[in-house]
Amino acid sequence: MRSSTELKNYQNEQHDFKLRLAALGLLVLIAFSILAARFYFLQVKRYDYYQTLAENNRISIVPITPNRGLISDRNGVVLAHNFFVYTLEITPSKVENLNDTIAEIAKLVEVSSFDLKRFNKLRTQSHNFESIPLRTHLNDVEAAKFAVNRFRFPGVELKSRLFRHYPLGSLGAHMVGYIGRINDKDIENLKAAEVLSNYKGSDHIGKSGLEQSYEKELHGTTGFQQVEIDADGKAVRILSSKAPISGNSLILSTDIKLQEIAEKAFGERRGALVAIKPSTGEILAFVSMPTFDPNLFVDGIDVENWRLLNDSLDKPLINRPLRGIYPPGSTFKPFAALAGLEAGKRQPPFSISDAGYFTLPNSSHRYRDWKPGGHGNVDIRRAITISCDTFFYGLAFELGIDRLTSFVRHFGFGEKSGIDINGEVSGLLPTPEWKKRRYKQPWYMGETVIVGIGQGYTLVTPMQLAQATAILANKGIAMRPHLVSGISNTKTGAINTIQGIASDKINLDEKNLEIVKLGMIDVTLPGGTAASVGANAGYSIAAKTGTAQVIGIKQNEKYDADAIDERHRDHALFVTYAPADDPKIALAVIVENGGHGGSAAGPIARKVMDYYLLGKLPPVEPEPEVNQKNTGATPKPSVTNVPEEELHD
Amino acid sequence: MISQILQGLFKHIDSFLMSCILFTILVGLFVLYSASGQSLDRISAQLVNVTVALAVMWVAANIPPQHLERIAVPLYVLGVILLVCVALFGEISHGARRWLHLGITKIQPSEIMRIAVPMMLAWFFSKRESSHRISDFAIAAILLLIPVAFIMKQPDLGTSLLISASGFFVLFLAGLSWRFLIGGAVVIGALMPIFWSMLHDYQRRRIEILIDPSQDPLGAGYHTIQATIALGSGGLTGKGWLNGTQAQLDFLPERTTDFIFAVFGEEFGMIGNLMLLVLFSLIIIRGIVIASQAKSTFTRLLAGSITLTFFTYAFVNIGMVCGILPVVGVPLPLISYGGTSMVTLLLGFGILMSIQTHKKLVASG
Repeated sequence: MRSSTELKNYQNEQHDFKLRLAALGLLVLIAFSILAARFYFLQVKRYDYYQTLAENNRISIVPITPNRGLISDRNGVVLAHNFFVYTLEITPSKVENLNDTIAEIAKLVEVSSFDLKRFNKLRTQSHNFESIPLRTHLNDVEAAKFAVNRFRFPGVELKSRLFRHYPLGSLGAHMVGYIGRINDKDIENLKAAEVLSNYKGSDHIGKSGLEQSYEKELHGTTGFQQVEIDADGKAVRILSSKAPISGNSLILSTDIKLQEIAEKAFGERRGALVAIKPSTGEILAFVSMPTFDPNLFVDGIDVENWRLLNDSLDKPLINRPLRGIYPPGSTFKPFAALAGLEAGKRQPPFSISDAGYFTLPNSSHRYRDWKPGGHGNVDIRRAITISCDTFFYGLAFELGIDRLTSFVRHFGFGEKSGIDINGEVSGLLPTPEWKKRRYKQPWYMGETVIVGIGQGYTLVTPMQLAQATAILANKGIAMRPHLVSGISNTKTGAINTIQGIASDKINLDEKNLEIVKLGMIDVTLPGGTAASVGANAGYSIAAKTGTAQVIGIKQNEKYDADAIDERHRDHALFVTYAPADDPKIALAVIVENGGHGGSAAGPIARKVMDYYLLGKLPPVEPEPEVNQKNTGATPKPSVTNVPEEELHD
Repeated sequence: MISQILQGLFKHIDSFLMSCILFTILVGLFVLYSASGQSLDRISAQLVNVTVALAVMWVAANIPPQHLERIAVPLYVLGVILLVCVALFGEISHGARRWLHLGITKIQPSEIMRIAVPMMLAWFFSKRESSHRISDFAIAAILLLIPVAFIMKQPDLGTSLLISASGFFVLFLAGLSWRFLIGGAVVIGALMPIFWSMLHDYQRRRIEILIDPSQDPLGAGYHTIQATIALGSGGLTGKGWLNGTQAQLDFLPERTTDFIFAVFGEEFGMIGNLMLLVLFSLIIIRGIVIASQAKSTFTRLLAGSITLTFFTYAFVNIGMVCGILPVVGVPLPLISYGGTSMVTLLLGFGILMSIQTHKKLVASG
């Protein structure tokens, strides 16, 4: 009985299987019939239509590139815009003899050696079938001349193209950035981001600065026309079209006038300045000196200018605020002081009696103060004011490296600030684990000691230093720094305001903040290390000076002896916020090889703050000379009665 | 003596299936010659692919199905492990993570799954021969979804689609209830709007473009527009071999691989297209016959799945070139240029032949 049921089941199953196979066979039949019907539709019914498209005319899909969004400062001053120019472009694959053609063109319109060099450089970078500009910015007469003779030059086209222009030239170039021609690597990236089709017809893409980081907003959406073209490639009829959507415009938080004052204040000196509005994280000025003209890059930079910029000892192409790394030197001390106070150490009325050096227990090695013989009796507030090394050696030793670094990390040391430009480096906040990883060596107590005064392995970017100062000014609330404060939608005109975002909040004791602030205010008062900066300001300034040994931006070995001398001078650093009681601006200044922070970097900060807080323009005067005597290991005080701080060795 | 050896060599080759396959491959070589701009290099490279694939087919045809049944589980497990490895440390190329470096060589584990998944599912149902409950189908569905999810994530839409299809055919042939099928279709249909409302705008946009490529004529739609022009202008009889203007003039992208059917259709016209469908149908009919005659549940299900997966290949590819299906990366079977798909296809046909010829031996012996 049981076996017969099983057999029956088996037969049933067999039957069901065959039924299902038949059903699938029917599915195949239906599917193939659909395909056959589609063949009939395409190849018989609409044959004439497709035949026409394929044989006599061809469909061409012509992309229409969108206008790139504008960039303007907070007051609407335009920093990047577009305008139409005539360009003369050659498609090498369509030209029989390239040299003859160019020689013939040169008889009609001027073709300079600069144009030729750029053309040849671009040729090596692009495919033969791409159209490459030979001349740009043709005037009307030149354009007309060529247009009349056009028939003589197959493969050469006169195009009216939108060009990017940076009207203020080098001003704020590292911030605004520039666009350049799309290269293979860009294409790879666009492909990976699945937006390559939106770049059909676009020749340019953001390469650095905001032009790069906000590429998505600025570029816009490419439109297209589906056109029939005849055998000569001329458009006969438009079949369908979709208008492009212009890119969105950026409104910066930066005041370009402030930027200009800051850049001018640097004069010929190298360095960086970042000014931040502490309560919002808006960046008010973003200076990297020396700077360069971004307009050079738009059409592809020529070899000579490229060499000039790239090989320059001054490294104008480096974005110093984000990529220049410097030891913070004594500007680190306010943060170390706060670390101590928050840990319950060095609370007033604690004071030390400074004999001019610090020694570790059971060791005779002396960590020297910059002032031989010491500062005498020093409490924490005075330690900041006079930048007492001995005080901070002891403090760092007692806190220990882990407690010290984990506290200051909240101020952004060793971390990227998250600013809205690419390429930021994270600096370095050393820890024993890091040293073990990096050098496979144990951490020595002496290394903790010198971290206390911002020396040793510690490295910061100017951006980090400014951000740390802004966090200090904002009483521990970290606002994400940003250059773009609004994005204006070109289609609707609506402005999307970018709000300040608090990225971290450090719990700090108000009392401790007050002690550090008072110490920093005293820095700019008579007796402090930057008394001259605070003189006749009309508002109170909290600040700290710093000096750092030269190891930051890589040194080239080739320059002459005089240059080496100058470039081995210490870097001058200055951090400040003002007004001290209600901070509206916080900033960090670094003057490379500038010597002392108070005298070299401080005045630059003062000019920026005077303009921002009081609307005061700097007096028209010859650029301040760097004190030539203020070099090397034996600096002379540049202002009488102002103690000069110095590096220990 | 020699005839004995030959007989031994071809003992497990199904002559009808073999003839159809070889003829289709031959047609493919002619199309490829035209599509590649008459490149003999391409032809010789493809000949190497075909040779390797035929060898693989011969080996598969000579392995008795019982042995296949035994390696089904290990092969599936190995495949899943390799997929996990790809997800963890696979190499990224062209925006997808598909390849795995094994010291000396690179492999694409998703290809293993093309055959391992139907084998595993056929094995699973053959072990539960007497009773196929809903719970069995649920387990089978999970066995299917694990590799599909990994491959979808790589992302490789084409392969995951084909593997889903191969698994679905096993489930269907094993007796998945009609009520469940219809019910499932209704539920999925009802859930669509909800799923749609959960998507981001850009995700919706991608799906829209997938369904209607003409919305993105500069990107995904470009292929389809050019392919339909090529096909349509081929007309009833075609422009003749090597005379397809659209194909020869660089208008067609990927014309030796996924879009090779456009070249075929332009040069051989509607008549050529229908003949190709007939050729494919003959292969499918032979596969269905083999499945219906197979003796065990394992071989029945496997044969059915391999055959119908071949059909899916052909239908999805031709449908996509004609502009009635979304563009997913599926090659035209036996014709598109490429070694991997050739090898997996002929491996499948080798298994079909094994199922057919070993059955005879068992029956006679």
